[in-house]
Parts: sequence; structure tokens; C-alpha cells
Amino acid sequence: MTMTQARPAARVRRGRRGWGDRILYAYTWLIIVWLCLPIAVMITFGFNNAKGRLNLTWQGFTLKWYGRLFAVPDLTTALVNSLTIAVLAALGATVLGTLIGLALGRFRFRGQGALNLVQFAAISAPETVMGASLLSFFVQLGVGRGYLTILVSHIMFSLSFVAVTVRARVLTLDPFVEEAAQDLGASGWTTFRLVTLPMIFPAVLAGGLLAFALSIDDFIITSFNSGSTLTFPLWIWGAQKNGLPPQVNVMGTLIFLAGVLLAVGNAVLARRRR
Amino acid sequence: MRRRLAPYLLILPGGLWLAILFVLPMVVMLSFSLMQGDVVNGFQLIWHWQNYTDSLSAYDDQLIRSLVYGLLATAACVLLAYPAAYWIAFRGGGRKSTYLFLMLLPFFVSFVLRTFSWKFLLADDGIVLGPLKDAGLLPQDFHVLATGFAVVAGLTYNYLPFMVLPIYVALERVDPRLLEAAQDLYAGRAQAFLRVVLPLSVPGVFAGVLMTFVPVSADYVNATVLGGTNNTMIGNVIQNLYLVNNDYPQAAALSFALMAILLIGIFAYARALGTEDVLEVAAR
Amino acid sequence: MNEINPELLRGMTRSRRDALRLFGLAGAGLGLAACGVKGQKAAPAKQSDVQKYWNGKTKHGHVNFANWPLYMDKGRTPLKQFTKETGISVTYREVIQDDPSWFGKIQPQLQANQSIGYDLMVITNGVSFTKLTELGYLVPLDHSKMPNFAKNAGAAYKNESFDPGNVYSVPYQTGITGIAYDPAKTGREITSLADLWDPKFKGKVGMFSDVQEIGNFGMMAVGVNPEQSTADDWKKAGAKLQEQKDQGIVRKYFDQDYIDALSRGDIWLSMAYSGDIFQQNLSEGSNLKFVIPEEGGTIWTDNLTIPKTAENPVDALTLLDYFYRPDVAAQLAEIVSYVTPVPGAKDVLAAEAAKATGSRKKTLQTLADSPLIFPSDADYARLRHYRKMTTAEEQQYNGVFQKITAG
Repeated sequence: MTMTQARPAARVRRGRRGWGDRILYAYTWLIIVWLCLPIAVMITFGFNNAKGRLNLTWQGFTLKWYGRLFAVPDLTTALVNSLTIAVLAALGATVLGTLIGLALGRFRFRGQGALNLVQFAAISAPETVMGASLLSFFVQLGVGRGYLTILVSHIMFSLSFVAVTVRARVLTLDPFVEEAAQDLGASGWTTFRLVTLPMIFPAVLAGGLLAFALSIDDFIITSFNSGSTLTFPLWIWGAQKNGLPPQVNVMGTLIFLAGVLLAVGNAVLARRRR
Repeated sequence: MRRRLAPYLLILPGGLWLAILFVLPMVVMLSFSLMQGDVVNGFQLIWHWQNYTDSLSAYDDQLIRSLVYGLLATAACVLLAYPAAYWIAFRGGGRKSTYLFLMLLPFFVSFVLRTFSWKFLLADDGIVLGPLKDAGLLPQDFHVLATGFAVVAGLTYNYLPFMVLPIYVALERVDPRLLEAAQDLYAGRAQAFLRVVLPLSVPGVFAGVLMTFVPVSADYVNATVLGGTNNTMIGNVIQNLYLVNNDYPQAAALSFALMAILLIGIFAYARALGTEDVLEVAAR
Repeated sequence: MNEINPELLRGMTRSRRDALRLFGLAGAGLGLAACGVKGQKAAPAKQSDVQKYWNGKTKHGHVNFANWPLYMDKGRTPLKQFTKETGISVTYREVIQDDPSWFGKIQPQLQANQSIGYDLMVITNGVSFTKLTELGYLVPLDHSKMPNFAKNAGAAYKNESFDPGNVYSVPYQTGITGIAYDPAKTGREITSLADLWDPKFKGKVGMFSDVQEIGNFGMMAVGVNPEQSTADDWKKAGAKLQEQKDQGIVRKYFDQDYIDALSRGDIWLSMAYSGDIFQQNLSEGSNLKFVIPEEGGTIWTDNLTIPKTAENPVDALTLLDYFYRPDVAAQLAEIVSYVTPVPGAKDVLAAEAAKATGSRKKTLQTLADSPLIFPSDADYARLRHYRKMTTAEEQQYNGVFQKITAG
């Protein structure tokens, strides 16, 4: 999700394109095609006029699955769960992560190292282990697993990503702007609302989007802590055993398009702000 | 005074969240790994260290296989990602962002769905192998699915973008004037690459390896969907012990052992490459 | 995601003091976790427990039903009819993919005495069923409110070894585990378990990952009746299965997804559940065949049970008994093609077939005559039952067969 803006660096001998360059050019496109092949298959088979339960062979073009998008009640419930969890988790992680990011970017304090260590561990620990440890924890507490346990674990694993993103932005800011605001009589909260927040907002937004993406796509940690609640990836995992209905392709396609539009829109806006 | 308290107030909610839902669960899992019992009769903490030796000796095959698959997939990621990242960074021109965006497209489709898509593409009589078999180019019993190759390829596919990004970021920061200088000093293109570009991109490769090796080694989705009888990874075992057998002690012991091995690996790797200054460069 | 923060990594390599502090925190946590986790073994239900539970429970007009996939038609016809007749609405969810992981999902809620969100659920006889009963997680059924069951259930289903007297459960469907194959691929009829060991089908054979299922097949392949097997038999069966795996004959250890693989042509023959194959042929027009191997197949029972934290137990019990009406059982048999516990359904199907015309007549007649839905006595004689196991035995059993299925 993080878009890296191109900088006008690296202009080594442009124009002269040797064989090496051409091969590399073709190679890069080959990689892109390879990466996009499964997506193309997914989109295509959302238009397949499949007759039976299995959506395996091409049987003609149809739009009917778009019309019957919500015809599988369990799938719809799972998608709604996924979306609401992702929104709530992104909100929670954004608030908690932004606060940490601000603290890490603005202050030096005792315990900073420990916090960094924990955040690094939370970002890099294998998902299987994190899922397993959360499950152990909930078993020990005797907590039933479901919507709530999914939500709290999603906030947990995405808040560090937000914190890192926000911290990077805070470090580039000039602290004197805030001091100036306070010298002019603004209270701490007013300064934050009118000065700091607008300055770090791009990073907060980027972090929030990343948290949303991480949450909606998470399968491994969720599978350990879902109880009998189903999310979109979990439903697909279960239903795949009996053949996925074309509605899954359609929902996948719509999520894909929404994500792409969001990212492109964000990039265009960022360019305009500049 | 307020100024001194401020950072603690800021980190309090998030820090607590991490402490309760990340640190504490790890500890609980550690304690589980030393218990004995079953779901019906309960679990007792009796410092049963045998859980570690038992589970590691029963599942050493899967553990070693996971590390081997992890290394293979990570190496494949580096080899596949580097040339593409290089081309985008140095020859992408004004379209760098677009190329990068295309590389990231898979992130907009659910990980599970992408993996199933490969299973569909590679089916024995599927849209790729089917026609080849009908044309007599492949024997009828040829298959890609249910092999170690399919699992490693799936892992490589799913984690490639994580490798492209950091390598690209590192390469993009290389000052083109350095290359010009090298060439002014009569270095050939190959030499300029080997002695200037490659060393400067090491931090990116490092970050990429870190972001792929750990999740790849602990993955179980690819092995389940694309693998066969002898391709099970340690993630599958842990998942199975937890969710199917409810054998929490053995499962916890294995999870802990896995994390310890991966962490030690990362530390050794970080030390060997001299993280400190290397990472200063990687940070944008 | 491409930002690897140097501070983070430095935090990892440098700040030993902070790391020590963390270990301190961890130690405190360990103290907290040191108490272990209590078991909840319960005494078997008595007649008085039945009254104690059901006293004062009333109808709520709604029931939440958790079932396996492919166990009801898309339109949920029998449930709609049920709602029309009784005024009880049904939320039906296909959330159970296999017993052990379903057990893993609901166990914490049941332990905490919380609702699992379902009032009625289908559990196969086997280790998970035993665990649920041992833990006292299932409601003892009130037979005075189950007239259809009393009248219509087949004698064999009224006294099954895993739940004598139907204290906690009544069968929803029973089914047979045998071999399914695609004759166009195998090139010959498959008749025996030995075919699953034929090197000719190298990489094209599917086996089940469920340890009970695969263990049963291993035992029957070495001539042991699973129900009376000993630990030595398990080892023998394990060795036989290991040999099959080492020779590369097995493609993969499947759960429900074997049907998909069989339809795609990824495998040519596989362990299979009878009803799946019927439904597959019906819905996809495929030509798969199902056989009970010469050496025997296994018969299992999927049971309707009520979890102890059910919010609408009376409605659940009403639905449970509704499935024992011959017309409903016939309807269900037509939908799922498994063995129905209601023998009277056969007459209903035959009568309907006599009335119907065209392709539907043929379908109904096939169903009524099918030995897989109404097995003959000779068939029953060839079918083996699951072994009942204690938790200790189960751990030993798992140890033998999980080594194989875990790859």
C-alpha cells in the first residue's frame, strides 16, 4: 500500500538503450504479468456462466453473478464482518499508533528502547506464532473467541505499522512550528488539532489505510482466534473445499477495484498537494 | 513536569495494548509449552521440558523443510526481484511509480484467494497443463501441484512484492553521479555495478530478506493449498496441533522453538551484515 | 511497509537493559499463568438432569442451526417448510468443516458458559463427540418431546454404541466412507482397498487427513476390524499407510476438498463419502463412481446435538424431531443422498416416484433403489464402525497416524 514517490534521481545515460536494457525491460514486464496472472483469472471467472457448483471451466460470459452478489448469505455475513472489523481495527490502530508515533518522534524517554523492541517483534514475529500465542492467551483466560477477539488482535498487529509510519513523518517536521503556536497562546490541544495533526495527517492516513489492508487480508492470525465467527478469507478457506461460488470472484474483484481506486486517488491527491 | 510525562501519556494506551496482547500472550504460550494434559482433564504446569524434545524430534522433518523452503523462496525472491527493481530504479524514468504500483497490485487481492487462483491455474488438467498434455508435450501423469516446487513457487509469488519494494528504495537512493564517477575512472558497466551499485543496495536486500524469510518459513497456507504428502511445513503442524488436536502444550513448544530459531537467525544475520550503519542508509 | 526503522533494529541489538526489563515483565506474566488450566470433566447425565434442564424452557420462535456444507439444498426447502408449519424461523449456517476444528472453536465459549451462537449442531460420532459428552457440553434430550423420533427412527439408530439410548444425540444422516473414482481415468473398475495401494496410480490417489478415517482404512487394509483394534493393530496399519506414502502413491491427505480435486482430475481415485459423490454427479453431470471396497468400508453417523449454552433449546428440539417425519426425511434424502435414519422414507420416495414423470421419476426411483441410501443387510454386514477411544488412547492413536498425515 505504501507508494514510494519517484524522485528525479538516477538518470544515468538515458536514451542509449543497449541489449541489456531491453532484456531487463522485457523481464520487468514478465514479472508484472506473472504477478497479475492470478488476479486476471479471478476477475475473468467472475464473469463465467458456470452451471454447477464448481467454477472450473469457461462456460460463456455472464453478468448474473454481479446481480446475485449477495445470494450466498454466509458469504455476505463474512464480508460484512471483514469490512466492519477492518474499519474498526484501522480506527483503533490509527489512534493508538499515532500517539506512539508522536511520542517516538518528538521525545527521548526512558523505556524507548523497550518499546522499539516490542514493536519490532510485533512487526516481524511470524503470524503463525502470534496467532498461536493469542490463542493460548485466550484459552488461559477462558475467553470465548469471536468477533471481539479478532478485532483486538487486528488492532494489536497493525498499530506498530501506523506508529512507524507516523514517527517517520514526525521526524521530518520542524518542532519550532509547534512552539511558535504555543508562544502565540494556543493550548496544547489546540496546537495539536490545528498545527500538528494537519502536518502529520498524510502519514496518519497512510498508516490507517495500511492497517485496513492488513486487517481485511489477514488469514493466519484470524484463523487461530475466530471461534465460530467467519471473515471473508476464512469463509473462502472453508468453502473452497466444496468449490467456490462465482460470487467470491465478484467480491474479490470489487475489493480489488476499490483498493486500486483508493490508492490511485491517494497518489493523485498527494501529487496535487505538492 | 508535563513535558516529562507527555511521552508516557502518549504511549500508554498503545503500549498497554501491545503489552497485554503481544507480550503477555507470548508469556502465556511459554507457560503452556511447559504444561501437560488435555482439554477434558485440564492442563497442569509441571515444567514439562519434554514437550520441547518430544515435539522437535517428532516434527524435525517439517521444521527443517520449513527452513529450507524459506531459504529457497527468499533466494528466489531476491533473484527475481533485483533485476526488476534495478530496471525500475534506473530506467523507469517518469513512470517509476506506475511500474511499482503494478508490482504491488497483488496486495489488493486476498492472499488466500491468490493462492487458490494458482491452484486453479496449475491443476493437472487445468488451463495450463491440460492443453500441453493434450498436445502430447507432457506425459499424462505430469503434475506441478502437490510438489515442493509448487509450494516454493507459491511462497515466492506471494512474497515477491515485499522484496521488490525495499530493494527498489535502496537502489533509487543511489546517486547517479557515483556511477558516472566510476565510469569516468574507467570502470566497465559490470564493474561499476559490482563495486558501486551492488554494495549500496545491500541494505535494501537485507530489509527484503527480513520481511520475506520469517513469514515464509512460518507459512502454512501455501503448503496446504499447493503441497502434497511430503511438503508439510512447521506452520501446518502448529496449526493442526492447536486447532485440530487441541494439544496446546506440544503446539506451544513448537511455536516457541520456531520463533527462537527465527529470531536467532535474524540476530546472527543482522550482526553479520553490521546492521547499524547499513540501516541508516535503508531508512528513507 | 518498506520502512525498516533503524531505531527499531537498534532497539533490538543494543538496549540490553530494556530487554532485561521486558524479561522482568515476562516473569510477572509467567507467575500469572502458572496456575494451569482446569479440566471440566462432567458426570454422565441422569434422568433427573433431563428434567432439571428442560423445566421452564419455552419456545422463542427462532433457532440457529450449524451444519456441514452440502447437507441441505440451496433453497433450504425443508427449513422453509418447517418455518411455515411451526412459525419458528431458522438461521442456517454451513460453518462446520470438520469435527476437531469445530470443537476447538466452540470449546472456549462452552467452557466459559457463553452461547456459541448456535442452538443445534451436527457432530460426527468420534473423538470430538466423546469429548463433548465427557465435558458435559451437550444437553440431555427430552424424549417426551420427540414423538417423530420414537415412531420413525430405524431400530439400528436408536441404540448406537457411541450414545446408547440417544441421551445426547439423534442421527441427522449416516454415511459410508468408501472409494470414489473416475472410471475414465483409472481405466478399470475399482473394487478393493488394494487399488489404493496400486503403484499404477502413483500420485493420483487421495487419502483422508482425518486420523480416524485414514486409520480405519489402514486397519481394514491389513485385515483388522477397526472397532476391535488394539495399539499393535494401529502400528501395523500405520506401517501399511507409510509404505503407501513412501512409494509416492498418495497425492495428498485431503479433507472435504477431495471432491474438488477428483472433479479437476488432480486425483483419479480417493477415499470418499458416499453422499458427496452422488451430489457431485447430480449437480455437475460428472461420472464418478462410488464403491464399498471388498475388504469393507466404514459407517459413521452425523448427529443432531444441542450445546448446553443454547439460547433456544425448545425450538432446536422441535426442529430435531421434525427431521424424523418420513416425508421430511425423504425430502432430505433426495437432497443430500446419504443414508437416512428413517426407513419409512423409502416408501415415500417410491410413492413419489410412481407419481412423478420424466427425469424426476428416474432420479427418485434411483434414490429409492440405491443401496447407498438404503443399504441392504449384506451391505451393512460389510460396514465397520469407529472405535470408541479414551483420551489417553486417542493421544497414542494420533501419535501413530498423525506422523503419516502430517507429511
